[in-house]
Amino acid sequence: MEMVVLRAGAWFAVLVLAVVAWALAVDWGFGVHMLICAVAAGLGLIATLRGSDIDAISRGILRSPDQGKYDDEPIRWGVIATVFWGMAGFLAGLYIALELAFPALNLGLEFINFGRLRPLHTSAVIFAFGGNALIATSYYVVQRTCRARLAFPGLARFVFWGYQLFIVLAATGYLMGITQGKEYAEPEWYVDLWLTIVWVAYLVVFVGTILKRSEPHIYVANWFYLSFILTVAMLHLVNNASIPISFFGSKSISVYAGVQSALVQWWYGHNAVGFFLTAGFLGMMYYFVPKQANRPVYSYRLSIIHFWALIFLYIWAGPHHLHYTALPDWAQTLGMVFSIMLWMPSWGGMINGLMTLNGAWDKLRTDPIMRMFVMSLAFYGMSTFEGPMMSIKTVNSLSHYTDWTIGHVHSGALGWNGMVTFGALYYLTPRLWNRERLYSLRMVGWHFWLATLGIVFYAASMWVAGVTQGLMWREYGPDGYLVNSFVETVKALHPMYVARAFGGLLYLSGASIMTYNITRTILGHKLRDEAPLNETAFDPAKDVPLKPAAAL
Amino acid sequence: MNPGATYDAMRSFVDSWGLAAMSVVFLVLCLWPFRPGARGEAREAANSIFEDDNDGE
Repeated sequence: MEMVVLRAGAWFAVLVLAVVAWALAVDWGFGVHMLICAVAAGLGLIATLRGSDIDAISRGILRSPDQGKYDDEPIRWGVIATVFWGMAGFLAGLYIALELAFPALNLGLEFINFGRLRPLHTSAVIFAFGGNALIATSYYVVQRTCRARLAFPGLARFVFWGYQLFIVLAATGYLMGITQGKEYAEPEWYVDLWLTIVWVAYLVVFVGTILKRSEPHIYVANWFYLSFILTVAMLHLVNNASIPISFFGSKSISVYAGVQSALVQWWYGHNAVGFFLTAGFLGMMYYFVPKQANRPVYSYRLSIIHFWALIFLYIWAGPHHLHYTALPDWAQTLGMVFSIMLWMPSWGGMINGLMTLNGAWDKLRTDPIMRMFVMSLAFYGMSTFEGPMMSIKTVNSLSHYTDWTIGHVHSGALGWNGMVTFGALYYLTPRLWNRERLYSLRMVGWHFWLATLGIVFYAASMWVAGVTQGLMWREYGPDGYLVNSFVETVKALHPMYVARAFGGLLYLSGASIMTYNITRTILGHKLRDEAPLNETAFDPAKDVPLKPAAAL
Repeated sequence: MNPGATYDAMRSFVDSWGLAAMSVVFLVLCLWPFRPGARGEAREAANSIFEDDNDGE
């Protein structure tokens, strides 16, 4: 009882503080955000006072099976949140792709212009879709590999809901024009502080679970997850160091300025790619690929080299985002050299993942989830080859600031991160809800081909667009003047922008099929009546020895 | 110490002993799983994810 009073008191205090901050807000965006916080605190207060058992309610709504050995309820929320934010993020991406091709789609509204929707898209796919996938899979993997229930179950649930609040605050902020203007670190100071609290709680849950493990060895996937959590905490704290102009306003000033600010930003930005989008997702890869293939990883020792090499090299690669800027030349070269060195561990990891299928390649024909993982690894290899190549100064002088960069990012994000997440979602859903298998395997095949084709359209059109842009920008005539005006390059790119939007449409269609498939799996509907994938029809007419070639 | 001297001291440390120490630590960490007798441990670790059937509930 005392505990309930105490917790209700805490919720009420937060509610009052949020309302006060709303009343004192110096800009309306901050006011809206405090209102959102007040609503969140109000919901927490109601749940506490009613003595609601959130888990029991959610088990009823989500049709979860009975409690088992592991604490899986927050993972189920995470699976649903991943699918939901994925759809939101892909849709926003398609819309801004169409805005670039057809600017009339801005509709003259400041809230949905490209500049505001773009960070919404990037944050939705990276932090909302990717972040929820990482939190959910890390909870799943750490419990199974440590054979221990989640430490601090209450804190684990706080991490999930706190992270959703962070996403809502960040996304609504972008629409209202609240941004630090730092790529992948757009949320303002108070949202950053909130994320810090949530992230420390996440670290405590993860490390706590590792510490109470009943398995002596810590499986390598957990190494990757832990490095992701720790490094993102460090990056977030350093890059977001800023001083708010008012404690009741949304604007803050960074403590860094000039080229130092740029260096810190891209140290953050590239390591967000390296540790959020690579190390974290490699944690997924090193668990789900061997599990789905039902064979151990090709070389466990190679996975350890992969790990240490990523940790030691990635952190230095950031300056390659600042070639030919005011950054000292040696720092640019350092970034380039480390980026090229990264090629080796990345390909070692890709080979390690792919060779896990050694001797079981037939699974590619019968198992569409395995296909997803293999395509994901293939794109991991392609984008970790393309990235180092683009970091070479000579190449970068052509590629930088062009759409080639956008194409590169998307071959990594759609191909590697997207596909491995889809594979993990397809792996997790039947197991978490105790279903025989997915509602439909054929639909996974459809998703696979739509997504793959979508990426091909996306990457190919952006290569062409990027090289076109790069060449047109640098072209100058005999009199020494530039030949093309900027608007001429924009006009030249229009067909490529349309092709890119088409690729995005295909990718979104694939994800919609996944949403349908996963929803019906969760609801426990009867398996779809479809032709099985695992039968090769026997044709006696073809089952004969080859005829020897006739003499000419 | 003035800022320039601090920079020089840091820089010369980073270029020499710092770099050497980092390289040694890196090599030891990478070679550690290849020490004699570690093959079995690696195989066990790689297979540890298959010991338990309880994936769901």
